[in-house]
Amino acid sequence: MIEASGLTKRYGATLAVDGLSFALRPGVVTGFLGPNGSGKSTTMRLIMGLDYPDRGAVTIGGQPYRRLRWPLSEVGALLEAKAFHPGRTARSHLLALAAAGGIGRSRVGEVIQMVGLESVAGKRAGTFSLGMAQRLGIAAALLGDPAVLLFDEPVNGLDPEGVRWARNLMRSLAAEGRTVFVSSHLISEMAVTAERLIVIGRGRLLADTTVTELAARAGGSLEDAFFDLAGDSVEFRGGDPAGFHAGAPPGPGAGAPGQRPGRGRS
Amino acid sequence: MEWVKLRSLRSTWLTLAITVAGAVAIGVTVGVNTRNAHGDLTNNALAGVVPGLLLAGVLGVLTMTGEYTSGMIRATLAAVPRRPRLLAAKAAVFAVVMLATGEAATFISFFAGGLALQRGITPPTLGQPGVLRAVILSGTSFCLVGLLGLGLGAIIRNTAVAVTVLVGGVYVAAQFAALIARTAFGYMPILIVANSLSTTKPETCGSGSSICPHFLSPWAGLAVLCLYAAVALAVGGWVFARRDA
Repeated sequence: MIEASGLTKRYGATLAVDGLSFALRPGVVTGFLGPNGSGKSTTMRLIMGLDYPDRGAVTIGGQPYRRLRWPLSEVGALLEAKAFHPGRTARSHLLALAAAGGIGRSRVGEVIQMVGLESVAGKRAGTFSLGMAQRLGIAAALLGDPAVLLFDEPVNGLDPEGVRWARNLMRSLAAEGRTVFVSSHLISEMAVTAERLIVIGRGRLLADTTVTELAARAGGSLEDAFFDLAGDSVEFRGGDPAGFHAGAPPGPGAGAPGQRPGRGRS
Repeated sequence: MEWVKLRSLRSTWLTLAITVAGAVAIGVTVGVNTRNAHGDLTNNALAGVVPGLLLAGVLGVLTMTGEYTSGMIRATLAAVPRRPRLLAAKAAVFAVVMLATGEAATFISFFAGGLALQRGITPPTLGQPGVLRAVILSGTSFCLVGLLGLGLGAIIRNTAVAVTVLVGGVYVAAQFAALIARTAFGYMPILIVANSLSTTKPETCGSGSSICPHFLSPWAGLAVLCLYAAVALAVGGWVFARRDA
């Protein structure tokens, strides 16, 4: 349902996405894994038509996003938290989107109930906590009852009840036959939510397979398999915390003792 | 969608109210202080329009840049990915609201300014030649400067920079033109509003016309303001459609 071929995007000197090709299937939750800076958010933005690829293309049901007749009824996306005007109430925000998408007002009430924001629907969105803002974003994604759903870090800021609710929501949406694409850093959550996985590193595809197959590569642990696969593509690597004690004498040269020697970019 | 977005922000209504109130207040003040019964009383009553243009322009800028600062642009573009259509919708909704506000501001200013005139000075009436035209055309200036702001906001997606360019272009450039390029003086937006749109009879300087700036006729002035707004929106639309969000 979502097909990318040869997607390439450069921001200035940085190559964010490099020849990425994949096809997402309906009826399963496909997880999107990769280190910080690997191009996950860029890929999602390219799918949504927010940014234009330098080369390659990505289509939804065969069409680029901007050619969709009623985009909100075909694709629902939660890309970044707090993608709304702080001065507007949650209900007004959803009403505005519904107006653009030809969606009835009653649906707005439905999605507000679905995500559990009835008590704060009339409050200005700028007063929302991160968890509430995420729920509003999920509500906006569900508004058009779309066949394709994109979630970028959906459980960010949610309490344990919210995390479980989101997981069940995504699985039930996929079970209804929709295409669900979830990007996350929480490998353990991903292991119980997703069936298929796409792993990228430094903008390139590293794996396009099922969760069970990938985990099997490392004897059953998805986390180990991920690090085996993507460990070299990590861009930001912190120092060893053991060397950060206050009062410890600084080692010779740069950094505290025990810090891993800098890994050059390959 | 754009109408729902515009009307659901408290700040919009507040700004529109202040624009009208400010224009009226200045018109009344000028009326109270008018001594010359033979001057262009309509033009005096409409003196509050020029400061109000600033608010209209800023509101236009914010209608666009507010989407970027809040991150709303992602949701907006998800709902309406065809960008020229989106900008056109924004411009249309904004234009209608601003036109209504502008006409309200000028009509109320006109009557309030007339009422504020001291005894002995007859207030102008709408039936006199050029008066109705002056009031109506001045009212449109809010809409046109606002659209200029909207276009600038689409080009320069940063609120502070866009407002600076707006204020610089509309207000400050006029001062420079007065000193350096007298022939261009009459084309500066606020000069158009103050001297072409809100006057009941053409401005002349009497004798010594060689040093007098040439002010446009009312309809020519309107056309030039429309041209500024149209160019800003056209460039804004072109840039908006090409760039990454």
